[in-house]
Amino acid sequence: MSVLVFADATNGKFKKSAFEVVSYGKKVAEQLNTNLVAVTVNVSVNEELFYYGAEKVISVSESKLTSFNAKAYSSIINKFAESENATVIVLDSSIDTLHIAPLVAVSLDAGYVSNVIALPSSISPFTIKRKVFSNKGYANTVISTEKKIIGVAKNSFGIHENPVSGTVKEMSVSLPDSDFGVKSEKVEKASGKVTIADADVVVSAGRGMKGPENWGMIEELAAVLGAATACSKPVSDLGWRPHGEHVGQTGKPVASNLYIAIGISGAIQHLAGVNASKVKVVINSDPEAPFFKAADYGIIGDAFQVVPELIKKLKAFKEAQ
Amino acid sequence: MKILVCISHVPDTTSKINFVENDTKFDMNGIQFVINPYDEFCLTRAMWFKEKQGATITVLNVGNTTTESTLRKALAIGADDAIRVNLEPKDGLSVAKEIAAIVKNGNYDLVLAGRESIDYNGGMVPGMVASLVDYHFVNGCVDIEVEGNSVKLVREIDGGNETLSSTLPMVVAGQKGIVEEKDLRIPNMRGIMMARQKPLQVVEPITSKNATEVQSYQKPLPKGAVKLVNADDIDGLINLLHNEAKVI
Repeated sequence: MSVLVFADATNGKFKKSAFEVVSYGKKVAEQLNTNLVAVTVNVSVNEELFYYGAEKVISVSESKLTSFNAKAYSSIINKFAESENATVIVLDSSIDTLHIAPLVAVSLDAGYVSNVIALPSSISPFTIKRKVFSNKGYANTVISTEKKIIGVAKNSFGIHENPVSGTVKEMSVSLPDSDFGVKSEKVEKASGKVTIADADVVVSAGRGMKGPENWGMIEELAAVLGAATACSKPVSDLGWRPHGEHVGQTGKPVASNLYIAIGISGAIQHLAGVNASKVKVVINSDPEAPFFKAADYGIIGDAFQVVPELIKKLKAFKEAQ
Repeated sequence: MKILVCISHVPDTTSKINFVENDTKFDMNGIQFVINPYDEFCLTRAMWFKEKQGATITVLNVGNTTTESTLRKALAIGADDAIRVNLEPKDGLSVAKEIAAIVKNGNYDLVLAGRESIDYNGGMVPGMVASLVDYHFVNGCVDIEVEGNSVKLVREIDGGNETLSSTLPMVVAGQKGIVEEKDLRIPNMRGIMMARQKPLQVVEPITSKNATEVQSYQKPLPKGAVKLVNADDIDGLINLLHNEAKVI
């Protein structure tokens, strides 16, 4: 018996969520009194996972997987879930992992619960808490199958150091051609920009910015904070900003440590997508904006005055650090 | 091309969420149900296939009789026929098994479903269906074109997009971008009248037991009041974010 985690990486480097799922997996392994095994694909420095509790790292290097392939990745996870006799498999909630997890669940005939925000509250029956209704509720959910898959919601458990002495085992796999029925043709990524999924801080702006020409200060504020930029739905619908920046119920979910909303009134659909963020700051000239009810800190004021001042003061603050 | 669009029947996005019966059931009192927004994007894309490339569209829901109004709405938008699997959905894997049985039976070329439903947010059913019927699968799709048997798709990735190629049969989980919000259709009177005549078949479930089950619900703890900072006290805000919230 073991607990298996898949530690997701991009360009050979672990995502932060990889450390979070290893931290989580280690605690589950302790609850079950068993060991933790991590699986990685095309990662050069696997030893990093020892800090968070992985006693064994199975490192797969495969030249066929220079680009992501959901089916091949799921084959790899299945193979080692079986060889390691894993009863619990812990995954993160990245876009790629959400692509893989359902395939693994079918292969292992495992109950899969996504958006999990806490450790199992009970081992028998195996009960975990997940987010439902777009962050408007939680459901304590029992998994009754022999094998169980837990999808940990981003930034919900945190990264906890738990150093162990571990081993890395290099393994090769043979992937059948049938795993490659979907082929990657081209990847387009804005280089050098912090992505919304990876960002600790997200700076988001809405219609209160009056027009796309005024986004310079939003981008500058984001640059000062090392933040990703985002926008409300009307802004992306109006074409002021690309769709990839739309956050909210039908856009991208945000679960950052700090979310700064500028000129966004805070429609219920927007809040559903962003309220998993830990600290929310709202800057809005309308004191009646519903977002103030959901925020931790607020400034009632004109963004065109507040934001430049905030940039100036933050720069000074960062320099003084 | 035979297209199956999976339709979830979900509370409207503005719904207030409450739980009843000792927090074991979702309170449906006063809730307006709609087509899951992600599924609606997929249904609209299916309509374009139908109008430009001569596809047929079946819409499918796994649910009890109350979901038929949502299926009728999908028919009014333009789907040709509907299937309801008579099962109260409780778990992603068992719902996927029901859908997979319909897909196998109907030999669909393309199965479209929203990336997730906005009620339980599982985000797992489309991939599970693909795996169960051994169709190719793309998640988070924001563009799809089909020429004969070959399919070109774009999916969203962290910080960008990936262009993919594959072949039918496929399961594709879509989201906004597969069509735009402005392209969504409101059923017109003629559509609503015609929808009444269109076949809606009720199928009994094949199912097996649930892999997962909700034991109880909780609402988030009420949030403390917002701390307002004066617009000319930016230093005060920075101080709070640094020393109190510890996020900068």
